[in-house]
This record gives sequence, C-alpha cells and structure tokens, in this order.
Amino acid sequence: MKPAAFDYYKPETLAEALSLLDEFGYDAKILAGGQSLIPMMNMRLARPPVLIDINGVPGMTGIEVGDSEIVIGGLTRHYMVEHSAEIERSCPMLAEGIKLIGHSQIRSRGTIGGSIVHADPTAELPVMLTALGGKVTVVSSGEERELTPEELFLTYMTTTIEPNEIVKSVHFPVIAERTGHAIEEFTLRSGDFAIIIAAASVTLDEEGLIESAALCIGGVDGVPVKLDEVTDELIGQAPSEELFAESCEPIVDMVEPEKDIHASVEYRKDLCVALSRRVLKKAADEAKLA
Amino acid sequence: MTEKTAESSRLKTITLKVNHKEYTVDVEPRMLLSDVLRDELRLTGTHVGCEHGVCGACTIMMDGRPVRSCLVFGVQADQAEIVTVEGLESGDGELHPLQNGFWEKHGLQCGFCTPGMLMTACHLLEHNPDPSREEIREAISGNLCRCTGYQGIVDAVEYAAKEMRERAE
Ligand SMILES: Cc1cc2nc3c(=O)[nH]c(=O)nc-3n(C[C@H](O)[C@H](O)[C@H](O)COP(=O)(O)OP(=O)(O)OC[C@H]3O[C@@H](n4cnc5c(N)ncnc54)[C@H](O)[C@@H]3O)c2cc1C
Ligand code: FES
Ligand code: FES
Repeated sequence: MKPAAFDYYKPETLAEALSLLDEFGYDAKILAGGQSLIPMMNMRLARPPVLIDINGVPGMTGIEVGDSEIVIGGLTRHYMVEHSAEIERSCPMLAEGIKLIGHSQIRSRGTIGGSIVHADPTAELPVMLTALGGKVTVVSSGEERELTPEELFLTYMTTTIEPNEIVKSVHFPVIAERTGHAIEEFTLRSGDFAIIIAAASVTLDEEGLIESAALCIGGVDGVPVKLDEVTDELIGQAPSEELFAESCEPIVDMVEPEKDIHASVEYRKDLCVALSRRVLKKAADEAKLA
Repeated sequence: MTEKTAESSRLKTITLKVNHKEYTVDVEPRMLLSDVLRDELRLTGTHVGCEHGVCGACTIMMDGRPVRSCLVFGVQADQAEIVTVEGLESGDGELHPLQNGFWEKHGLQCGFCTPGMLMTACHLLEHNPDPSREEIREAISGNLCRCTGYQGIVDAVEYAAKEMRERAE
C-alpha cells in the first residue's frame, strides 16, 4: 500500500502550475486535497509519473458571497464551507450537504475543486451543483471557460476538463426569496459515499403555490440526474405531502440504477422515490418559513 | 527520464514541528506522512491500518485540524505543525484526561485504533467541551475499532469531557 515513485512539483503561482501542465500533459496529475488521489495511488490504481501540488498556489482559496452568486475558490477545503456562516445564510443546501462528505478528517483536506473533478456521481458536490444549476470556471494557459454541470460531467469519474486545465472556482446561486433547500442521502455507515442521494430546491409564489422546483438524484447513472419531468408537474400547485407522494411515484420508472453487493435495483428505486418525496417536502416547508 | 524529472524525484528536505519539537529530514516525494512520522522520526504511536483513508488509525493533528496522515505526502508537511498521540501527555508524563478516560472506561482492548481515536476525540473536545453521546459517535464515525464495540470509547470521551470541564472551573 505504498504509492509508486513520482516527480513532485510545487508551483507558487497559477501560471506556473498551468505551464507545468502544458509541459507534462497526460503524465501529470494535479494534487489538491489528495483525499481521492492519494488512496488511489496507495492502492496503485493510479500511478501518475508527475504530481503538481497546487496547495501553494495563492488566490484559489476562499468564499465570496455576492448578491446573486457564491464564488468558491477551487482549493477551498470542505471544512471552510462547513464552518462558513455566510454559506449557511446564502445556500442552505451547500451548508447541509458539505457535512455529509466523509468524516471531519476528510473535510480537513478535501477541496471543492477536487470533489468536482473527481466526479463521483453519488458525491454530494456534483449533485448539489446540478440541482442548483451552478457552474465551474476552468483555466488553462490559453483561456478561461465556464461550464454548466451538464457540460462538465460526462460519466463516472469523468469530466470534460482537459489535462491542461485547472478548476479555478465553483459557483452556486444565492438562495432566492421564498425558497427552501433540502438534501438527504442513504449510506450504509455514516460518512460513506451514498447509495442514493437526493437534493431539491422549491420556490413558492406570493400565494404559497409552487413557482419553481428542482430535483436531482445521484446514484442512478454515471452523472447526477435532474428530474425536470417530476418538478415541471409541480408548478402552480399547493405543496402538500400528498402532492409530493403522488408526483414522486413515477420516479420508479424514470431511473435505471444498477445493482451491486450493497443494494438491489428495486431497493435503489424505492430509495429514489422516498428520498425525492422527503427532500421536496422538506424544501417546501423551508420555503414557507423563508 | 528527462533531466528535469530526475531532479524533481530526488530527496526533498523538509522541516516540520512535531509535538513542539522541530525536525529536518530528507524524504522521497512518495513517502506518506504516516511513514515519515513512524520510520524517519521513530514516532510509532501513530498507527497505520488501511493506508487508504478508511480506518482512521493514522489520524494526527496538522495545523490545528485532524487529518489522515496516510493521505498526505511527507513533502506536503514542510513547515507544518503536527501533534501526534505522543504529544498528548504533559511534559512531566501526566496522562491527558482522554488517556485517563480510555484507561478508566475500558476504551481499548488491542489498542490499535486508540491513537486515532484519541486525536479525533481531542479535536472534538477542543471545540465542544460538553458533547452529547450522539455528537461523540458522529465525531468518531471515521475511526474504526474492531474490538470494543465503541461503547467504552464513547464512555471514555464522556468521562474525559467531564474531567476537563471540572479542571477548567
Ligand atoms: C474515507 C473517505 C470517505 C469519503 N467520503 C466521501 C463522501 O461521502 N462524499 C464525497 O463527496 N467525497 C468523499 N470522499 C472523497 C473526498 O471528498 C475528496 O476530497 C474529493 O473527492 C477530492 O477532493 P481532493 O481535493 O481531495 O482532490 P484530490 O484527491 O487531490 O484530486 C482528485 C482528482 O481531481 C483532480 N483535481 C483536484 N483539484 C483540481 C483542480 N482544482 N483542477 C483540476 N483538477 C483537480 C486531481 O488531479 C485528481 O484527479 C471520501 C474520501 C475518503 C478517503
Ligand atoms: S491508515 Fe490512514 S486511515 Fe487507515
Ligand atoms: S481496541 Fe482493538 S481496534 Fe480498537
């Protein structure tokens, strides 16, 4: 359980990190929090010849909350988001969901950018980014581009980020008025990756009817899946336990999870329905209080 | 190998503070911090169970936060402040209240998980001097114990929390 030898670089600026990526191409891997990459290297599932440790790159750590957008530096660690009062106020889903990532020891090192690039479809951050319609800014030596979750996540552990690119920042919308968020997951043990995870946002109009809603599920496909067919039906209706129960029932036929040693297909489908119902209800309840 | 790679894979010199003592060592970049502590600094109190971040036995404090020392390369700990289980007792050899708690409440059997449990619990009590049993369980959820069934560990942390509160008064 020891990693294979590699060459280690610790650039002091973003420009230097990017030019090292240009130089080494597919041979190089970025090292951020190391909480996914180092386990894979220890097990020799990954043997990158070159590691570029970006932990010394300035200007990539921090949380900025504007009027409509939250900008989180790619190197910001999970625990910083967890302990941010501003995040709690401006994006309840993120505040709640970040605590579900691994254990406190993992959140001490793991980064927002690393979780996005790692792109595990049941990981909390990709699901939240998709549910809330956030975006990601990636840079290379030549250019900077913005990607929506749909443009970013390709399949299991795979994104459209090129080997010469670095995630500079991750953007989430500030919660709108009369809006509630909720996120829930089912894990075998506290801190494990989820078997199924669901996240929802519900906005009510002045009369208390549903103005807009979003629902996203992780664990049924290679990327987080948004269920607009379900939430489109909710618009204009009064939120109630019965409404959410009824509208979530058809999810059984919308998702196609795979079975593994931990859970059967049927069980996962049941989880999708139950968790969807719960997060929509909880988000609507939160919206009433907002 | 190009000349540049040969250069960068050479031993790196790092300086780190462990339990308030400064060490300077030469390490290969691929050497994990857990191995730097155990094999280079001979601080074998930090245990290594799984080496992929799952068991928590290797938990140490790094710059004030609990981390898995098997998921950090030694070179990344250059200039870091580290506390390991050896740093818990006071200078005159008096045990930390947590260590007393584990002793009094049967918080260990084989002791393999204990250094990680202690470091994790230490961080909890620094931030939450009066945790509920549920909060204790949540805090140690990233540390596996094959022996005790955890009851004794939760009792031990509760015991230590009480002792520390009383001392503070
Ligand atoms: C025991 C355990 C439990 C865990 N449980 C969970 C969980 O429940 N939920 C969850 O979401 N995660 C979990 N994780 C994973 C954890 O969240 C990781 O921190 C995260 O997936 C990766 O972030 P990192 O900063 O550690 O990235 P690294 O491990 O450093 O890198 C991961 C990948 O991303 C690339 N990369 C990193 N940063 C950038 C960047 N800025 N730009 C371009 N590429 C980059 C790296 O090259 C690498 O390919 C767990 C990990 C462990 C060990
Ligand atoms: S040895 Fe580090 S977590 Fe198991
Ligand atoms: S006491 Fe044996 S593993 Fe915990």
